[in-house]
Amino acid sequence: MKEFQYVIQDDLGIHARPAGNLAKLAQSFRCDVKVACNGKTADAKRVIGLMTLGAKKESAVTVICDGADEEKAAEELETFFKENL
Amino acid sequence: MKQGTGKAVYPGIAIGPVYVYQKAAAPVQAQSCGAEKEKAAFDAACETAKAQLAALYEKAAKELGEEHAQIFDVQRMMLEDLDFLEDVEARINSGTAAVQAVHETGEMLAAVFAGMEDSYLQARAADMRDIAARVVKVLSPEEAAFTMDEPGILVADDLNPSETVQLPKDKILAFVTKGGSLNSHTAILARMMNLPSLVQADLEPDEALNGKIMIVDGKKGCYWLEPDEKTLEEKTAQQAKEQKEKQALEAYRGKPTVTKKGQTVKLYANIGKPEDVKAVLEGDAEGVGLMRSEFLYLGRTDFPTEEELYEAYRDVVVGLQGRPVVIRTLDIGADKQVDYFGLEHEENPALGYRGIRICLTRDDIFRPQMRAIYRAAALGKVYAMFPMIISVQEVRKIKAFCEKIQAELKVEGLPCGEVELGIMIETPAAAVISRELAKEVQFFSVGTNDLTQYTLAIDRQNTNLDEFYDAHHPAVLELLRMIAENAHKEGIWAGICGELGADPTLTETFLQMGYDELSVSPGRVLELRKKICESEG
Repeated sequence: MKEFQYVIQDDLGIHARPAGNLAKLAQSFRCDVKVACNGKTADAKRVIGLMTLGAKKESAVTVICDGADEEKAAEELETFFKENL
Repeated sequence: MKQGTGKAVYPGIAIGPVYVYQKAAAPVQAQSCGAEKEKAAFDAACETAKAQLAALYEKAAKELGEEHAQIFDVQRMMLEDLDFLEDVEARINSGTAAVQAVHETGEMLAAVFAGMEDSYLQARAADMRDIAARVVKVLSPEEAAFTMDEPGILVADDLNPSETVQLPKDKILAFVTKGGSLNSHTAILARMMNLPSLVQADLEPDEALNGKIMIVDGKKGCYWLEPDEKTLEEKTAQQAKEQKEKQALEAYRGKPTVTKKGQTVKLYANIGKPEDVKAVLEGDAEGVGLMRSEFLYLGRTDFPTEEELYEAYRDVVVGLQGRPVVIRTLDIGADKQVDYFGLEHEENPALGYRGIRICLTRDDIFRPQMRAIYRAAALGKVYAMFPMIISVQEVRKIKAFCEKIQAELKVEGLPCGEVELGIMIETPAAAVISRELAKEVQFFSVGTNDLTQYTLAIDRQNTNLDEFYDAHHPAVLELLRMIAENAHKEGIWAGICGELGADPTLTETFLQMGYDELSVSPGRVLELRKKICESEG
């Protein structure tokens, strides 16, 4: 299992577009990807779940990758968060 | 006559007949033809809906731009989302007809969005309903398209993205919706199309309204239905006046900023991020007179790298298509929350460790910034400007530092360009010794907000001091006069980038003082150009 933390910088939080792109990226990995925020956990491969997490600017999120390609997934997802959120 | 109110979305007056947009009603209770058959029908409908969304994406991208179109891409992903699909399937498996199951799932998920705290996410409930309605419609084909014979005011409950994109946009004078929010698609579209509009209006979109004359005041946030003659006359006159003013400003687009006597002023814009370049071009500014670097440092957990800084500056230089940009180096202090700077708490941050004082003592912060600025200058005209200067020694240190940076970059073989160096005049000290400072640099830009606060010893954040505050205080105006005079004596140019620069009651004064440049928010450029061109000076 690989995990990392990130504090959302985007003014709108994990809103529609980045949620869509995040889900797309997560779907490209075989491992399970969960995003936890405000005591809720969402499957990162599901866009509606990601949006309804309610992750706003300055929310701390934890991303947990578990499975075969977890190393690569965590690395690429962390880059995605830094660049887009 | 009926008068009512709503939330104002975009200012302006619209007058025309009402067109009520009626939504398709919820699907009639249908009988399930068996889970297998319903599931097959649902899968097929999803495919059709996805194809429609792809087509809508193309249409919206062409008509409204990529940014507005992306919502259809997101909708397509929501349609493929397992939360959505699994819920519909579960309902179908328990004996519900596909059409009803989709409607129920859509409402259920829309309610989840509507229950969110964040107003932006609340507004996404409309997307969820939009998606469900699309699939429902595919499963129960019929219904005629909405058309408008003549220009009119569209009254609706709320409009979702696929409805807005299919509207006859050339015929719409205004939107009035009962639902929606300032973040709803209708509001976004109204702002993009510059249509005076209201959301959350106290008006039932009843078909009986069709054809009735309506007036919308998008500034005051009110409307009149079947107005009496007096109101109609008043509002028609107001509409004509506003349109005339707007057109009069448009006449100044692309025109040089020059007074009747031939004094030319550079009219630039203030920006905070690379994305603002769009507004600079739309506002018709001749360049950027102040690009604040702070945003590159805020909202992060560590310092931006030279590469990140370079990319941001580069995007601005390239985006401006040949127009010059004045980049102000970091102006941050203990009053801004940037934890990773590790700044100590200060009793009086306005008089503390900030601006150039940080840069001159922190090589690790100053170096990547100046390297990024010199590198961006390889692509266009770049000026660098330093904040919070109080002495000639500071300026000499900066110049020596910049020479070192240039030499370094040359040795490394990285492309870099010439950068003219200037300073902010925002301390009374700098204003008083401006003659000496002018010998060292290539331009001045007056930061009137800080200059006023330091000169009057009044904190602008403290509203209790408002009665003592005078933006036109003779001491400030005298300093401004002196600064321009001293700049010109030493043959350099002087500009103003503070709020005062956009104050039309002072434009004449600044022209007389001989200011060469004014930098204001992008939306104020045309108005100020008109003022300058009409000036006798």
